[in-house]
Amino acid sequence: MRVLVITEQIDGIFRKVSYEALSEGRRIADAMNCEMTAAILGSGIDNLAEDIKKYGADKIILADDPALAEYITDKYVLTLADIIEKEKPEVIILGSTSIGKDIAPRLCAKFNGAIATDCISASIEEGKVCASRYIYGGKLITDVILNRKPAFIALRANSVSIKEADGKGEIEKIQANMQDASLTFIEKKMDAGKKELTEADIIVAGGRGVNEGDFSAIEELSEILQGAVGASRAAVDEGWRPHSDQVGQTGKVVSPNLYIACGISGAIQHFAGMASSKVIAAINKDEEAPIFAKSDYGVVGDLSKVMPEVIKEVKKIKG
Amino acid sequence: MNLIVLLKQVPSTESFVSVGEDKKSVKTEDVKWVINPYDEFAVEEALKIKEALGGTVTILTVGNDKAVEAVRTALAMGADNGILINDPDAYNCDGAGIAKILAAALKNIEYDLIIAGQRAVDDDNYYVGAATAEFLNIPHVSMVIKEEITDKTIKCTKTIEGGSFVFEAKLPALITTQRGLNEPRYASLPGIMKAKKKPLDTKTLADIGISAADLGEPMLTIKEVKKPSQREAGVMIQGDTPAELAAALVKALHEEAKVI
Ligand SMILES: Cc1cc2nc3c(=O)[nH]c(=O)nc-3n(C[C@H](O)[C@H](O)[C@H](O)COP(=O)(O)OP(=O)(O)OC[C@H]3O[C@@H](n4cnc5c(N)ncnc54)[C@H](O)[C@@H]3O)c2cc1C
Ligand SMILES: Cc1cc2nc3c(=O)[nH]c(=O)nc-3n(C[C@H](O)[C@H](O)[C@H](O)COP(=O)(O)OP(=O)(O)OC[C@H]3O[C@@H](n4cnc5c(N)ncnc54)[C@H](O)[C@@H]3O)c2cc1C
Repeated sequence: MRVLVITEQIDGIFRKVSYEALSEGRRIADAMNCEMTAAILGSGIDNLAEDIKKYGADKIILADDPALAEYITDKYVLTLADIIEKEKPEVIILGSTSIGKDIAPRLCAKFNGAIATDCISASIEEGKVCASRYIYGGKLITDVILNRKPAFIALRANSVSIKEADGKGEIEKIQANMQDASLTFIEKKMDAGKKELTEADIIVAGGRGVNEGDFSAIEELSEILQGAVGASRAAVDEGWRPHSDQVGQTGKVVSPNLYIACGISGAIQHFAGMASSKVIAAINKDEEAPIFAKSDYGVVGDLSKVMPEVIKEVKKIKG
Repeated sequence: MNLIVLLKQVPSTESFVSVGEDKKSVKTEDVKWVINPYDEFAVEEALKIKEALGGTVTILTVGNDKAVEAVRTALAMGADNGILINDPDAYNCDGAGIAKILAAALKNIEYDLIIAGQRAVDDDNYYVGAATAEFLNIPHVSMVIKEEITDKTIKCTKTIEGGSFVFEAKLPALITTQRGLNEPRYASLPGIMKAKKKPLDTKTLADIGISAADLGEPMLTIKEVKKPSQREAGVMIQGDTPAELAAALVKALHEEAKVI
């Protein structure tokens, strides 16, 4: 028996959800009384193993190969398939990121396993692998048993806590599997310095109520709070924000500690993306706005007047 | 260009869904059924490719009698023909079975490009697209916001958290859609009239050469379906001026909720 955690790094930096996956992996391995292997794929990634050791991996497999320098579905899937063949894990945990959701279904189909995506927790109950996940855009939660092995669990970011643990930390190196060359990597573009919405602890989001689409106050507040900027679909449709900022049923699903909704009415499709936020605060000029019915803190007021004052107050406590 | 769209009918996102009596299912009797929004992007993209390069657009759906409506809507948008796999043995399988059925159906069809949604907005599994590609042994690129076909290759921009990748795949391939790819057109009235005459084949599992036994057990057993802990209205911040409101809000977030 073994748990495998597939980590995700971009340009030498792990996704935060990878640490969460490792922490959940360790908990599951302890519940199953077995060892945990962590897989890291990339090129020139020797130094990354140290970082992973702290989260209780017994074995760290480094697929360190120039062919894996950039993420590319086919080579990553085949290299991971080699690792799965060798380690024969019963449970495989990874982040439910775009890349996680690109790799895991394909591997799951290859090994005839079971998969639960966008999980908020995993557990072993009476020897069975269980997970909880949202369905219907967050309107419902289901607890499921994964019937086949390997059982793939893709964890939603910000859902479980990160915990350091002891593990043997043995390192093993392997090469990329290059058999499939059906895909060619052309380029990668990363938004420099932009905080990823799904991993942010604080999100300040704006909707159609943002006066003339001027997001400068929202950006400023999110920066002081070291958060990220989100948007409703209306704000995206207006062309005020890129699609990648959209929160909701056809956008990103986020679970920050704090979600501040500014000039967002609170449509059901928007809630689908942020209902699992720990604390929701809303600023809206309409006291009847549906957003207030589901917010922990509501402020009835005009954004153009309230936001500058909020920024002033936050600056006071942030020194 | 033979273009295939994998299309699922789902409850509309406005629908109110509730937990079934058995606490293991979802009540969907009163919901409005629509094309999965991500599959609408898929239909639109297929139509755009057809307009640019010629070819045919085939809609492939596994569903029940109700799903005919979704396939007809796609035909009214401009797709050429539809295939509905309607078999009681398919009703209880989950994504694993659906992907096997789709792959079996596709083995009898010529295709250059298959377009699926990244996820169906009911079960939110993100599974069927990539799994179908795996069963067909063709490459897939997921969450595509832009594509360009030249000769026998497709160049795709796919989104990831905080950025994007550009990959090129040899055709035949499968791609899944991401919001931003296009704005789906509405079915026009003449489109709806024309759609009534377009071919829509209904098939059973036997017709596509697969049996219930080939599908295997569902990969997931539902233990329980429940409502997330209901968010309730919290406190309305009081204050006479924007400055007072702001001060009270920030104080509450800092001292009470301790989130900033
Ligand atoms: C299939 C489908 C998928 C969808 N997916 C998504 C999705 O993923 N994400 C999403 O967000 N939506 C989605 N929608 C759209 C959704 O239904 C709403 O239309 C959208 O969320 C509304 O955005 P909004 O709240 O910014 O705009 P509005 O509903 O127009 O609300 C604007 C709010 O701003 C307030 N306001 C105006 N001026 C001020 C001011 N000066 N100060 C303070 N407040 C002010 C108003 O009182 C109002 O409450 C989807 C819809 C469909 C049909
Ligand atoms: C009548 C009926 C009853 C069902 N009852 C159950 C049940 O009781 N229990 C259960 O677990 N499952 C049941 N299912 C199956 C389930 O609803 C889904 O079809 C299945 O789980 C796959 O969808 P997904 O949401 O997981 O797909 P995702 O992986 O989220 O979908 C991704 C994409 O795959 C394609 N796709 C997905 N499903 C289909 C499809 N059916 N036809 C064509 N393309 C598709 C679409 O392009 C979609 O955007 C039933 C299905 C039908 C038709």
